[in-house]
Amino acid sequence: MVKSGTIILNTAARLLMPLQLLFSVFLLLRGHDEPGGGFIAGLVAAGAFILYLFAFGVTATKEVLRMVDPRDLIGMGLLLGTLSILPAWFVGEPFFTAQWWEIPGIDFKASTPLIFDIGVYLAVLGTLLAVIMTLMEVDKDEP
Amino acid sequence: MQLAVLSGFVLAAFAPLLQRWCAARTSLVLALYPAALALWLLTQLPAVMGGEVLVFSLEWVPSLGMSLTFVLDGLSMLFALLITVIGTFVLIYAGGYLKGHPDLVRFHVVIVAFMVSMLGLVLADGLMTLFVFWELTSITSYLLIGFNHTDLEARKSARQGLFVTVGGGLALMAGLVMLAIAGDSWSLQELLSSGDVLRDHALYLPMLLCLLGGAFTKSAQFPFHFWLPNAMAAPTPVSAYLHSATMVKAGIYLLARLHPGLGGTEAWIGILSVVGALTMFTGAFLALRHTNIKKLLAYSTIMALGTLTMLLGIGTEGALIAFVTFLLAHSLYKGALFMIAGILDHETGTKDVTAMGGLRRLMPVTALVACIAALSLAGVPPLFGFIGKELMFESVLEAGSFRAIIFLLSFSAAIFTIAVAAIVVLRPFFGERRETPKAAHEAPSAMLAGPVGLAILSLLFGLVPVLAGTGLLTAAASAVAGESLSVSLSLWHGINLPLIMSLISLALGYLLFRHWDRVRGNLSRLDPLFAHGPEAGYENLMDGIVRISEWQTRVLQNGYMRNYIMVMVVVLIALVGNSLLLRHAPAFAISFDVQFHEAVVTGLMVAGALFACISRSRLGAVASVGIMGFCIALTFILFSAPDLGITQLLVETLTVILLILVLFRLPRFASLSTPLERVRDLVVAGSMGVLIMLLILTVVASNQFVPVSGYMIENSVPLAHGRNIVNVILVDYRALDTLGEIFVLALAAIGVIAMLKLRAPKPEAKGAGKGQGAKESADG
Repeated sequence: MVKSGTIILNTAARLLMPLQLLFSVFLLLRGHDEPGGGFIAGLVAAGAFILYLFAFGVTATKEVLRMVDPRDLIGMGLLLGTLSILPAWFVGEPFFTAQWWEIPGIDFKASTPLIFDIGVYLAVLGTLLAVIMTLMEVDKDEP
Repeated sequence: MQLAVLSGFVLAAFAPLLQRWCAARTSLVLALYPAALALWLLTQLPAVMGGEVLVFSLEWVPSLGMSLTFVLDGLSMLFALLITVIGTFVLIYAGGYLKGHPDLVRFHVVIVAFMVSMLGLVLADGLMTLFVFWELTSITSYLLIGFNHTDLEARKSARQGLFVTVGGGLALMAGLVMLAIAGDSWSLQELLSSGDVLRDHALYLPMLLCLLGGAFTKSAQFPFHFWLPNAMAAPTPVSAYLHSATMVKAGIYLLARLHPGLGGTEAWIGILSVVGALTMFTGAFLALRHTNIKKLLAYSTIMALGTLTMLLGIGTEGALIAFVTFLLAHSLYKGALFMIAGILDHETGTKDVTAMGGLRRLMPVTALVACIAALSLAGVPPLFGFIGKELMFESVLEAGSFRAIIFLLSFSAAIFTIAVAAIVVLRPFFGERRETPKAAHEAPSAMLAGPVGLAILSLLFGLVPVLAGTGLLTAAASAVAGESLSVSLSLWHGINLPLIMSLISLALGYLLFRHWDRVRGNLSRLDPLFAHGPEAGYENLMDGIVRISEWQTRVLQNGYMRNYIMVMVVVLIALVGNSLLLRHAPAFAISFDVQFHEAVVTGLMVAGALFACISRSRLGAVASVGIMGFCIALTFILFSAPDLGITQLLVETLTVILLILVLFRLPRFASLSTPLERVRDLVVAGSMGVLIMLLILTVVASNQFVPVSGYMIENSVPLAHGRNIVNVILVDYRALDTLGEIFVLALAAIGVIAMLKLRAPKPEAKGAGKGQGAKESADG
């Protein structure tokens, strides 16, 4: 079984998780122009949680996730992905047509592809966490 | 018009609410719906009788050319009136018959839904609209036959009815598609006005056979007649409505509707008149074997349906007039008789006619109505059924082909029918009084309204044929003929051959009735013969299907992952190999312009793959597969695809984590395959590898299409505002694919959760993992 780990692993996980999560958001946001994007960012974020999971076990990880069930993340991701195709419809264009909005003040363009990418991010993260946490939970049930 | 009809579905959905508000009067309130539709139809009657064809078109998706069009001509008017008028009576009747039944709500929902489907079927102009409504009637019929769902027989009968009619429905769909191809239109109006185009088309015969397959199964023609008597497991209002007056006539309607476009050919005349006559005879003959009043009526319905088909087959002007007249007459008297059968069942507690007798003193009104309806069935003047039968004999005598067979079959069918009519009325109501399981008394007025109303119409139309004759029937017959006909009906035609035939058949029929008990006894000796009838064929077919699916499930779904993969790979090799090697000559150029580091990476990959195959430990195999994965990531990076490289690295890492988690729960690493099997696996895997290599080389070498990447690269910044083309493809160009992929991902997660958390506890299968792991460890 996966044992809750050593001091080195524990410390590393504690330090690395926020960094990795931050990095995943960075990858997600810059994805449209530089290497990155929702899928990669989702994998990185999942990696962060999995490291924590290996170090501290399922219960502790669930506490870190607080009220968020990975399965809800999947649902949120699918919902965002699906919703992001609708705005085009309201302005009379075919579904999936990308919409871009300038946000005044900061140099950042909000768009439906970005929302879509966030959906992908959440779905990937949720799927991986759900699968791995379930696998580890079953481990605990059947020693 | 369309909305008025389709609003019935909404009404059906609200029927349970209605039940809460109106309680016992729900049936009456629901009956207002068909009654209102019938009144509306009556207001349109003058126009239709004047020969007009009313078209109601509702644009649905104009950009795709889809519209919901309803057409009201003579034929659909006749059917729509029958559906709404008899529907009104049946709903009122059901309120009495099923009073206090716990599932009355369900009955209301389904029967109203059926009514709407049937109306849609006879009014539809589009072939697909017609087909959808056609299938809806099959489904609602299934639900109604199986209404007493706790009864095994009822469920079995419902399933039989469904399989037979829906099986025919498949043939029908093929037929309709061919029809649309041949006539180059999906609109019945356009198809039927295209003259001889359909008849001369090369697809005529297959198209006709498919359409007949649909119509014959629905309308219980020989040899598909067996489902109809079994459908009598339904409550009596259903039998009266679906299985005599309306649904079983859907097939007849379709044939009549298509007659102007398809009818009149040798195949049409031959098949329809012979099958019709055969059905007629079979129905009337088999009726004599039964003492259950509903079965007697069901077989006589088969007889009537056969008659209608035969008349359409003969197809002369007289036959078509006889067709519409007989259709109307039959719906009126058979609806009434079924409702009377229901009353008898309800009041006496038995359906066996030999167990009843002398009921006329206890239930005088029912007895009177039964007499009128049965006389109409027997074809005795002055009832409307007599006119129908006279016209039928007349058309049989003028039939062009197969006259002798048709004449013989229909004449004997007429004799049997008269005997059936006598049995249905004289047995229960006359003769000695017999004790029945329940003490009988007159039926409540709600249950009498229907039969009385229909019997009065039978009598009225018989005495004053003008009422039914000149207007509506002319329009209906003209619609069937595709040209305008004039119908003049009268009771008295002078002394001619049909009249003499009528008289002879009456006398012989009565004689048969007198000796019915003995005839039935003799017929029961033939029982072993009937055991090999079409129904047995149906049973064998069903058993065969079950056996085949059991066998193929055993072979294909055997639970071993290795077999699934093997099947998939072999199929892939066969399909891709066929198309790559046999249909296109593989053309490629190999150049060995390889740099040193590329060779190293490739060499590592090959080594990793080989080691994974021969490794004696699972961990070793996982590690070497990992090496391969990382080398692939390296390749991506070498060929400047950083996104793919990153993704590959992350996926590889996570795969290793997943594998480690799963590794503990797999059974001990063991060698299960024989050397021979390993050679086979080597061949399969090797061929796959070689094939994919050839495929990639060919794809790289050939330039049949302009690569789409050019467009994507050019427009990535101006249109999609992104410099990372991979990501732009994922979230913009191909967002639909990505959306599909994340749904697949979510499904996979749900699958894993379900398999791990919801599986049944298996004490001996300790540490069993994913699907195949559990199975394999359980097996050994």
